[in-house]
This record gives sequence, structure tokens and C-alpha cells, in this order.
Amino acid sequence: MLSKRIIPCLDVRDGRLTKGIKFKGNVDIGDPVETAAQYYREGADEIVFYDITASSERRDIMIETVRKVAEKIFIPFSVGGGIRTLEDMRQVLLAGAEKVSVNSAAVRNPVIISEGAEAFGRQCIVLGMDVKKVETTDKIPSGYEIVIDGGRKFTGIDALEWAKRGESLGAGEICLNSIDADGTKDGYEINLNRLISSNVNIPVIASGGAGTPEHIYEVLADDNADAALIASMTHYGSYTIKEIKTCLHNRGIKVRMSW
Amino acid sequence: MIAIIDYNAGNLTSVKRAMDCLGKESVITDDYSRIINAERVIFPGVGAAGRAMADLKKRRLDLAIIEAFHNKKPILGICLGTQIIMEMSEESNTRCLGIIKGKVSRFTDALKKGIRLKVPHMGWNSVRLKRNHPLFQGVDRDSEFYFVHSYYPVPDESEKVLGETDYITRFASVLAAGNLAAMQFHPEKSGEPGLKILANFSEWDGKDYVE
Repeated sequence: MLSKRIIPCLDVRDGRLTKGIKFKGNVDIGDPVETAAQYYREGADEIVFYDITASSERRDIMIETVRKVAEKIFIPFSVGGGIRTLEDMRQVLLAGAEKVSVNSAAVRNPVIISEGAEAFGRQCIVLGMDVKKVETTDKIPSGYEIVIDGGRKFTGIDALEWAKRGESLGAGEICLNSIDADGTKDGYEINLNRLISSNVNIPVIASGGAGTPEHIYEVLADDNADAALIASMTHYGSYTIKEIKTCLHNRGIKVRMSW
Repeated sequence: MIAIIDYNAGNLTSVKRAMDCLGKESVITDDYSRIINAERVIFPGVGAAGRAMADLKKRRLDLAIIEAFHNKKPILGICLGTQIIMEMSEESNTRCLGIIKGKVSRFTDALKKGIRLKVPHMGWNSVRLKRNHPLFQGVDRDSEFYFVHSYYPVPDESEKVLGETDYITRFASVLAAGNLAAMQFHPEKSGEPGLKILANFSEWDGKDYVE
């Protein structure tokens, strides 16, 4: 059977991690390449890089980072943040990323999903969705609305509708981030993950809210999600990936235990 | 020298990078004579069977692969490369190389015990080996490998099946036929166990058995 994936997420700005990451018994490191290599050795199933570099000329630095990461880690990794055009995608994929993720750019220009899928294959295209819980209305029947630009701007788009549309446009995977849960360490938005995951036929990565292995168990059990994105849980040394996976394994979730 | 066949099918650079990391010389090439003169050949690929076959034929690379196979060169097929060696693929009803008898079928998504099995089969899964093989020497039997695919090979002869994986159905995830070995997963994206397979391949003499 297919294993559930545990995916650390690294935020990168100007080629450096935005926060130093402290592994257990290790010093702070702000180098995304070294950090990715460390996670690779510790049993991460995939790695997500989120580039928050603002200026476009700095994009070359990210490409260089991707190239260096690809020389060191031999598991899939994806790059998101600031990808707007086919050319952006091509550069990141050629530099060695397995997947690219599009978020706000896809809301503004949904065609980028189908163009990307056509050019590079569906498996390359991850649709990142930032979602906020709202009152249920005719326009937002699911009660979850898509927000963009880092959660600041409401779009009037229903999250469930957008997920289905993203799939039909050719997205190969959805990374589903709950803005409400993000950073709380109170657990993932289970209802949101269940809603989206049971209504699309592509994998869903749950994002936002992980604080304990129990939270990851909750979102992966009963098939609410296919993978879990984690950040602070492992970044600051509270848990290792191995500890998280052992906990999931002991509770009957199939995860990759040998690496 | 290892020739990595270039036919516009993606993931070529990741295979090359893995070989670089292992310190094994390799070259990405679409040159017929370079391929048939290489010491060994990797036939990778991500994408659609129809387009891949068209690209191969345009450059006569279909013939290069068949010739390399008959010349007993060690050949490694990866992902789409594993499908293209079959006789035909249900993906746009494509006639393929026919090195191994059988066809390529598509997964149909299914509900199993209330759980929705999605297509593509994407992520880490295990492989049950039916016998020892030089490429899997030193690879832990508990290892998992990274898969991304919607189609899978269905060989006619069960002795060509080296490894099996369970997803929706039990399918042949590793094929072996003499000097050819082919895997549906991506060894170049499967961490240390995958690198071990690639390292084994770069030393492999093409014998189908472990002495």
C-alpha cells in the first residue's frame, strides 16, 4: 500500500532560510541546501520550498539554490512562491525540482495550470490553496473561501469549487493550507481536508496547524489527506521526522520507515 | 560510459545528477551510435507513451534500444521507459518496442474498504521481490520507492516479473529480462535505496541472476 508522506516546508528568501532552523542537538542553520540535506537524511518523504523573495532579479538566486539542493537530495521536492509563467516553471524544473506549485498566480490566471500540465505533465503541477473559513453563502456554499497574497485578499471563490476546477485544469496535487489553523499548533483543519480530499481524485497535502504527532495522525487517518506538511514541529527541534513517523506507524498509519 | 537516452521525456537531468553523485560517468544523448556503443544504457522517461514513441522513432532511438538489448548491453528502464519496452500501451493505443511481451494498462480509481485510491499512484510504496537480482543486492527488503504513474505494465510471462507492488491491484513494478531491468518507480528519487540500485546498475554485467 501507498505510504502517507511527511513533508517539511522551508521558507526561503534571497537564498537563505527566513528563520534559522534548529535540529535536535544541532546548531542553527540558515542554509536551505544543508537543511534540506539534513531532512533528507532524517527520512523526509519530500521537501517543499517556498520562495518568498520579492524582487524578480533575486529569482536567479532561488534557481541556484534549487540546483544545489538537487545535487544533494534524491527525493522529490517542489518549489512554490512567485511562479507566474511557464518560463518560471521551466527554470525551476530544469534546475532539478520535481514539482512546482502555483497559488495566487493560478487564481489570477487559471490557464497557467493547464499550460503547465500540458508542457511538463500533471504530476509536476501542485495547486497551492490558501483557505479561510467564512459564513456559508450562495457564493461560498462550502463555507471555505480562497484567499490570496499571503492570506490578505479575499477572492469570492469557493474553496471546493476551486479545488475541483484546479483538478480539471490539470493540477496533479493540491496543497491545502488553512489560514485559520496556520501557526496555531492546534491541529489541522480536519473538516476542510476531508471535504476537499473526498471530492477530488488527486492527492491532497494538508498544511497549517501541526503541533504534535497526534495532529498529523488526525489528518492522515480516515484518508482526510494523503500527506502532511510540517514546519515548526521539526524546524525547532521539538520532534524529529523519525519520532513523528514512529508515532504514526504505531497507530497504524502506513509511513515509510526505512531510508 | 553510461548513455542516458534523450527523447524529450523529462527527468533526464535528475538521473544524470544521481549518477554524478555516485561518481559514475554518464551522458545524456540522442545519438544513435553513441547509444549502441555505450557500455550501458538508461532509458528514463516521464510523460505520455504516444508522444514518447513518436519522439523515439523520429530519432531512430527505438532501433538503438532494441539493438543495445540484442547486443547484451545492460539496460535500465525507468518509469515510462518501463512501459515503452512492452508491446503496446493503452495510453492512446500506442504500439511500443515489444522487448517484453504484454501490454500497458491504466489504473482505474477505486474505493477499497471505504478508502479512495487516487490516480496517479503517487508517492512511496514497497516492492515485493520474487527472487534475487543483481540490481537489488544490498537493498533492504523493507525499502520503499517513489512512484508517479497512471499506467502499469502487464507482462504476458510471469517469469519476467521481478517485483510486485500493491496499489488498486497487484502490478508488476519491476521487470527483468536478461540484460534488461526496468522499474516503474524512480530510483533517482527514491533516496539511498534508489541510489544503491543505480550504483548496482553501473557495475552490472547484465546477468539475470545472483551467483
